[in-house]
Amino acid sequence: MFQIFGIPSQALFGQLLLGLINGSFYALLSLGLAVIFGMLNVINFTHGAQYMLGAFTAFFLLQYLGLGYWWAIVIAPIVVGIIGMIIERLFLKRLQNLDHLYGLLLTFGLALIIEGVFRNFFGSSGLPYAVPPSLQGGTNLGFMFLPNYRAWVVIFSLAVCLATWFLIERTKLGAYLRAATENPTLVRAFGINVPRLITVTYGVGVGLAALAGVMAAPIYNVSPQMGANLIIVVFAVVVIGGMGSIMGAIVTGFGLGLIEGLTKVFFPQAANTAIFVIMAIVLLVRPAGLFGRRI
Amino acid sequence: MRKLIGYAAVALALGCAAAQAQNSDGTIKIGVLNDMSGLYSDLSGQGSVAAARMAVEDFGAAAKGMKVEIVSADHQNKPDVGSNIARTWFDVDKVDVIVDVPTSSVALAVNEIAREKNKVFLVSGAAASDLTGPKCSPNTVHWTYDTWALANGTGKAMVKTGGDTWFFITADYAFGKALERDTAEVVVANGGKVLGSVRHPFPGTDFSSFLLQAQASKAKVIGLANAGGDTINSVKQAAEFGITQGGQNLAGLLVFITDVHALGLQTAQGLALTESFYWDQNDATRAFAKRFAPQFKNNMPTMVQAGVYAAVLHYLKAVEALKSDADGKAVVAKMKELPTDDPLFGKGTIRVDGRHLHDMYLFEVKKPSESKGPWDYYKLRATIPAAEAFRPLKDGGCPLVSG
Repeated sequence: MFQIFGIPSQALFGQLLLGLINGSFYALLSLGLAVIFGMLNVINFTHGAQYMLGAFTAFFLLQYLGLGYWWAIVIAPIVVGIIGMIIERLFLKRLQNLDHLYGLLLTFGLALIIEGVFRNFFGSSGLPYAVPPSLQGGTNLGFMFLPNYRAWVVIFSLAVCLATWFLIERTKLGAYLRAATENPTLVRAFGINVPRLITVTYGVGVGLAALAGVMAAPIYNVSPQMGANLIIVVFAVVVIGGMGSIMGAIVTGFGLGLIEGLTKVFFPQAANTAIFVIMAIVLLVRPAGLFGRRI
Repeated sequence: MRKLIGYAAVALALGCAAAQAQNSDGTIKIGVLNDMSGLYSDLSGQGSVAAARMAVEDFGAAAKGMKVEIVSADHQNKPDVGSNIARTWFDVDKVDVIVDVPTSSVALAVNEIAREKNKVFLVSGAAASDLTGPKCSPNTVHWTYDTWALANGTGKAMVKTGGDTWFFITADYAFGKALERDTAEVVVANGGKVLGSVRHPFPGTDFSSFLLQAQASKAKVIGLANAGGDTINSVKQAAEFGITQGGQNLAGLLVFITDVHALGLQTAQGLALTESFYWDQNDATRAFAKRFAPQFKNNMPTMVQAGVYAAVLHYLKAVEALKSDADGKAVVAKMKELPTDDPLFGKGTIRVDGRHLHDMYLFEVKKPSESKGPWDYYKLRATIPAAEAFRPLKDGGCPLVSG
């Protein structure tokens, strides 16, 4: 067994793999944010609360309807996505032609309200949610014990990320969407219902957050503040990747997960800070982010 | 951002004509300062405010002609926010006593302010044993528990049952460090060995990386020197990574009943933990819990909330005896002079360094099959008598203790 900087290589591989798992949550969440920002020009601060709603929906489905994880992974994104679309129709739509700041304030306020309401009814300690029976247990990889559930998280989120990227960058629907962002008036002239397209896009972005929430429920504590703890990091990921860049969000999500994983080995106290240091450097060198278009 | 402070003021009854107590401004103002919105808000939060209110009612302040008012605020677990509130309370709002204050870094800051302003500080939520050690103050009483007592309870029990090598996963702030230090001392004193430790940012979400480092250390016991949501996540993820199946034991050095409730018995079963109060101990504690639950989300009281009740009750007794709340030092001296007696902690005393002495209990979390329903979670493994439960006076390094 060889060593890298005094750390046994086996331990290092384990940590890198864990970093990748955390990275898949970052990627999934920042993807939703990037989709929403790219298509709606809204900085969606409610994303963390919507992620939390996804996890709570999974809990409610199990508790009150007896529907397990596999149902939740389908139903929760749809339910939360619909709530998102209602928010878009009721509030965000009215802010379309105003400064970004208004959208930011509105979504931040909504996040505080949603989290506050859940804290009032469910407390801050959180609720139990078990790993689904079919994904319990794990595999011994030699250098670490990999729980089956975490392996599933990495594979599934990678698949979802790539599918979303494909949908937006390589299909006709995606082309409409991108065109509607560039020049909504012209796209409407072609007979496409742009407002509906925007509502659906917001719903999909929010649905992605809820999906991440369902996936997080069995491994992280399902509590009202679960999103607030994560959302700041995810915003840093989006800024590093470049606001609105789909591929940028995916690549930086996984990449920063890896870097954070390494920090946890070499200097654990700084694990939360490392991402922001990187953000500061990226902003100095490439203000539009690693994958962003120059403004 | 969330700089709004929730002021919940409860004015309690004007007195009749009988012997009025001479107070600084005619009102005894109690400030409950804790985490109202974050990871410690279930174990303290509004529940502590409810407990303080119950203490005022049970003391019969109104009938005795004493005017007592309760205010509360959210310190967001940040020392700067907590210090600002404490200063405003003492200087502007005429608050006489601050109670609870979980999060040791905040409590240590408030401790200094209370000393400087000569007010009273009753600690229930915070754990750092430094509050009655090097940082002890003539204005502070530390009621419910501390890191030394936790280490002495859980740590000693684990070492004695064969867990003689330890690895710590520690929250990177005053409380975590104090708990790790005190537990390491107990482990070494009982013939065990500490193999290593890792400090995680507070609060954290993903603990798998730290758990893996603990697993690699091959230590028999993994000591979780953290609290609240951090402990919940650590235990949940340790189960996922098969830590206990691998032959290693988890020691939750500070676990509250609300944490066990959040984990569910399936995950938490078998966990050994030290507490100073459990709602299902005797008739008096059950009666208290029954009154408490409807006031706080139908939760059973935690030891922190019970400590707030008992400390406020004793404080009011001291003020009554002294007939004044103006001099913080004098009130605390009176509190130390009078023996304590309340339905939750029984009879006890407050030592010269500010430590309240009472029994501590080593509990084990029940299996799902043993539990009769929600909140029926603990079985008693051992009672640690008051004389042994806390750090001996001479070892604390408190300047108030003179030779």
